[in-house]
Amino acid sequence: MTAVEENNAARCRCESQDGRIRVTIGGDWLLGGPVPSVHQFESVLQSSPDTPLLLQADGLGRWDTSLIAFLGKLIDRPDGTPRTFDASSMPEGVQGLLRLAFAVGERSGARRTERREGLLTRIGKASIQSLDRAREGLAFLGSATMAFGKFLVGRARYQRSELLLLIQETGANAFGIVSLISFLVGMILAFVGAVQLAQFGAGIYVANLVGLAMAREMGAMMTAIIMAGRTGAAFAAQLGTMRVNEEIDALSSMGIDPMEFLVVPRMLALMVMMPLLALYANFMGMLGGMVVGVGMLDLGVFEYVEQTRRSVSLTQINIGVIKAVVFGVLVAVAGCLRGMQCGNSSQAVGMAATSAVVTSIVLIIVVDGLFAVVLNVLGL
Amino acid sequence: MNTAAEHIRVENLTMAYGDFVIQKDLDFSVRRGDVFIIMGGSGCGKSTLLKIMIGLKAPSTGEVYYEGDPFWASGLEHQEELKREFGILFQSGALFSSMTLAENIGLPMQLYTDMDPAEIRENAGLKLALVGLRGFEDYYPNEISGGMKKRAGLARALALDPEILFFDEPSAGLDPISSRLLDELILELRDALGKTIVVVTHELASIFTIGDDCVFLDPDTKTMIAHGNPKKLRDESPNETVRNFLLRGELEAQKEKRGQTG
Repeated sequence: MTAVEENNAARCRCESQDGRIRVTIGGDWLLGGPVPSVHQFESVLQSSPDTPLLLQADGLGRWDTSLIAFLGKLIDRPDGTPRTFDASSMPEGVQGLLRLAFAVGERSGARRTERREGLLTRIGKASIQSLDRAREGLAFLGSATMAFGKFLVGRARYQRSELLLLIQETGANAFGIVSLISFLVGMILAFVGAVQLAQFGAGIYVANLVGLAMAREMGAMMTAIIMAGRTGAAFAAQLGTMRVNEEIDALSSMGIDPMEFLVVPRMLALMVMMPLLALYANFMGMLGGMVVGVGMLDLGVFEYVEQTRRSVSLTQINIGVIKAVVFGVLVAVAGCLRGMQCGNSSQAVGMAATSAVVTSIVLIIVVDGLFAVVLNVLGL
Repeated sequence: MNTAAEHIRVENLTMAYGDFVIQKDLDFSVRRGDVFIIMGGSGCGKSTLLKIMIGLKAPSTGEVYYEGDPFWASGLEHQEELKREFGILFQSGALFSSMTLAENIGLPMQLYTDMDPAEIRENAGLKLALVGLRGFEDYYPNEISGGMKKRAGLARALALDPEILFFDEPSAGLDPISSRLLDELILELRDALGKTIVVVTHELASIFTIGDDCVFLDPDTKTMIAHGNPKKLRDESPNETVRNFLLRGELEAQKEKRGQTG
């Protein structure tokens, strides 16, 4: 035999001999390299599952765990128990690794086999799960309300400095993004309106359109959606990380209710800052509308302002402000709920943040729809 | 056993997640001024038992008594009063990451005492000095090392001068030297302040250094299979699982060797 074979690919031969199956291994066995498939020996092995294996090396070159994995598959019987084998003529390292691999038998039930469940089972499980989640949500809402009640009578334990920081974070620091988005929304509304209204020579009514839309709907809603993405996600991630880091456990064990200490200040911060931001968003939106009105339709600045003042009543503004307070509560509750429900891993924190944004946006839109119905009935 | 000195008693306790029982029929008491160790292999429910003792998780059945006062049968307000006597060091330290060390330690004082801010800061500084962190008042938890976080967590646990200290795996993630220093600190706290200390751990070195008394939770039989002084258990326990655990598996290894040669 030559020292270096031209093609030293992994080889394996299996043959029955003297009541044993002789397995002869040769060539280079490397992870990622070409390795013979176990399937070609299945007929020999399955016909006699109780026959011991005799493992032999013949011109075995370099090898790594791919060889062990291959031998392991030969040794494992279909019922999961290993057959007896004699590896005494294999290299020392192979013997050692085989010994390790088969030293501890498989723990029954440890392997996770995928079992497809029937459609009905899955629907049932999903319904039970969503019911549980809904119950958790309600329980959270309940204890948040109680904690808020405690705050109102001045018995809640929280840190004033933390509340002020949160107010700065949710309010003042969101100024830039709220300015930009609402200014652009105002401009877009004005564009859409201008094209249509100019056809009837009614360009001045762009002011009504923009003013009403911003005050009643868009100011509060756009601010809420910005807050959901910005602050709701941040709340969920903060509380989720605190849960992973055992900080929430530490609070409860000090006898501090995390609801009072963490959730109430966040709710308060958003309840206070959302209406202010929404008012500011209204103003910026109307400003954006005016830029389009003055620039595209040649309306006068004074004219536009006067028309806006006449069309937007205080009631409209109030509706927007009330909505903003409600949306603020929704965003805070969704963010904190998802944060407190967070599991125990870094992945769970990410999921909590995502789910906080999705939940708050869904809630915002649904509640906005309810507002529309109720206000319509009230005739406002 | 001297029942007059009994501080904590766990009676007929079963803990489970849903239908899955982790441990059942736990019965033991902790004497005042002892370092009491809860030990057992990974996954035997040590940390869950701790959670029940400190009031974070309700047991399925059974009760924990503090000086004869039942914890779980009490109303929320009384539970909070009892909790105020606990100081807890969590596995990761669980310091509030948005606060400095002084603020972390000051928080319980601010909430539960009438001390003014200057006094709180002074006392927080003292607690930090006790754990060897003098001068670290204004550091944030992410600016200090893992061992320092543990010690700062301990300082926070000491904030209200509690009667009982609970430690969840104090030496996990610490190098041998820091973990030994922490053990020494635990002993000093017991001797100097007379605290009762409950430690969850599986570090043999600490178990023998600090433990006065211990229970061994067995994941296979799902109950406690030994109770007593750890050194005594190692040398005299009739139960092989316990001796093997306390000898770091030497028993089994020896048996295997004999089996191979014989």
